[in-house]
Amino acid sequence: MRNIWAIYVKELKSYFTSPMAYAVIAIFTLISGFFFYSLIWWFNSQSLYYSSNPYWASQLNINQMVYSPLFGNMSIVLLLMLPVLTMRLFAEEKKMGTEELLYTSPLTVNQIILGKYFAALTVVLVMLGVTGIYSIFTFVYGNPELNPILTGYLGLFLLGAAFVSIGIFFSSLTENQIVAAVLSFGALLLLWIINWLSSASGPTWREILEYLSFFRHFDELTRGVLDTTDIFYYISFSFFGLFLTYSVIQSRKWR
Amino acid sequence: MIEVENLTKKYGELIAVKNLNFKVEEGKIWGFLGPNGAGKTTTMRILTGYLPATEGKAFVGGFDVFEKPMEVKKITGYLPENLPLYPEMTVYSYLNFVAQIKGVPSKKRKERIEMAIEKSRLEEVRNRLIRNLSRGYKQRVGIAQALIHDPKVLILDEPTMGLDPAQIVEIRQLIKSLKGEHTIILSTHILAEVTQVCDGVVIINEGKLMASGSLEELASSFADKEGVSIKLKKTGEEVINGIREINGVENVVQKNGDIEIEWKKGIDLRDEIVKKILEKNWGLLEMKPLTLSLEELYLKVISGR
Repeated sequence: MRNIWAIYVKELKSYFTSPMAYAVIAIFTLISGFFFYSLIWWFNSQSLYYSSNPYWASQLNINQMVYSPLFGNMSIVLLLMLPVLTMRLFAEEKKMGTEELLYTSPLTVNQIILGKYFAALTVVLVMLGVTGIYSIFTFVYGNPELNPILTGYLGLFLLGAAFVSIGIFFSSLTENQIVAAVLSFGALLLLWIINWLSSASGPTWREILEYLSFFRHFDELTRGVLDTTDIFYYISFSFFGLFLTYSVIQSRKWR
Repeated sequence: MIEVENLTKKYGELIAVKNLNFKVEEGKIWGFLGPNGAGKTTTMRILTGYLPATEGKAFVGGFDVFEKPMEVKKITGYLPENLPLYPEMTVYSYLNFVAQIKGVPSKKRKERIEMAIEKSRLEEVRNRLIRNLSRGYKQRVGIAQALIHDPKVLILDEPTMGLDPAQIVEIRQLIKSLKGEHTIILSTHILAEVTQVCDGVVIINEGKLMASGSLEELASSFADKEGVSIKLKKTGEEVINGIREINGVENVVQKNGDIEIEWKKGIDLRDEIVKKILEKNWGLLEMKPLTLSLEELYLKVISGR
């Protein structure tokens, strides 16, 4: 535990002593702020229009009209930003030769991976936390439902956790950070759109592809549906990514 | 303290280290000598648990490197050839991080960091970013890092590489001062370093052990002749010829005013030579035994005798 903490603190410091974390957090909040602003603006104009008819007005729902698309957009921005956040985690150690220090210290491979993983997750939490300010305004000036917002954020966090685990895996494969970022970006995008193929495939494959896609599980959560299978999906995905990383690093032993 | 038995490391087809055997006793400094690409770094990486061996065994402090890697890592300090430094950290925070991952208890951490800073003379730069340090200071941070958990065994891969002559002398003195408390292996291809710092030497070439032992042992086992170097008041052909006449003398060479005399191993002609000099009144100024210099020894060993 102490060892994980040591790696965690080191990685977190390194994120925040370089422009890396600030850039990622700033761009993420800027773009999600833009989405939030334009969605709210659209919602406002719709409200004016709908208010002419009492039935229409009762159909207005800020959760569905603002938060659901906002979470969808934020998830895409996460997909674009997180490979940049994770690309250096192992690639840089390899390039700089500092992995020799880590692997000749009395640390287990798991401790190193988890320390780095939790550090990246913390940055994700900060990114999402900053955007949480937006929703305060909607509570001040409107009355959205809290639950779908919470499950939406939970979904974003779980999604981020899965993205980070994939990013760490690709970072462990190469000493080139750009290659790591491109590979993880490609893999994440593929996992995102893999369900597009489902309508073109047979019933068994359709189910598998639908299950594998990030999109499906995330959609459920933004609508406020808290299903254990979706949570299980993301957690098992993260485990899988970390397990692959572990295998890559362990493979030094028989190479 | 360090024992290597039949160690072999292959990278695919390439054999980096082949059937290596050697032993280093506690508290000694042992030099690891060989041309570039001889397998020095590979052997050190195996000893520190960074790389696995293909075959053979290695023990550090009585622990098997492959079966008890954690125990070995706890008692070993390692300075890799490429310094494992984080440029965005200050010297102090870097040493603090290394102390943490090397398992120094938090109560003792401060004290150990101060000790490492003092021993490696990093006082002036303790709060500077590693990025901004000169090569010599970076090398010292590397050494401080290896010392931080007070390891029984120190493995230093080319500790003086890339330093200027003054820094080299300083680092050598530092290493010498660590002798006794620590068992040290250092690799180098600078021969003078070995004579100045080390108690013994392992010479490898192309992954194979060429020779190992203390410097004296090696010198005497590889020499097939013995001799003296003398300095006389009188010089010239007459003297050289006079010495050549002595029974048993094999070779007489004049070298910058000194005369080197060699004879077959096993006999001692010193008395005879002195007698002759006194007899002829040549005026003896100096006399010292000829030893095989490390340079000659090294070339002899590397070229396969």
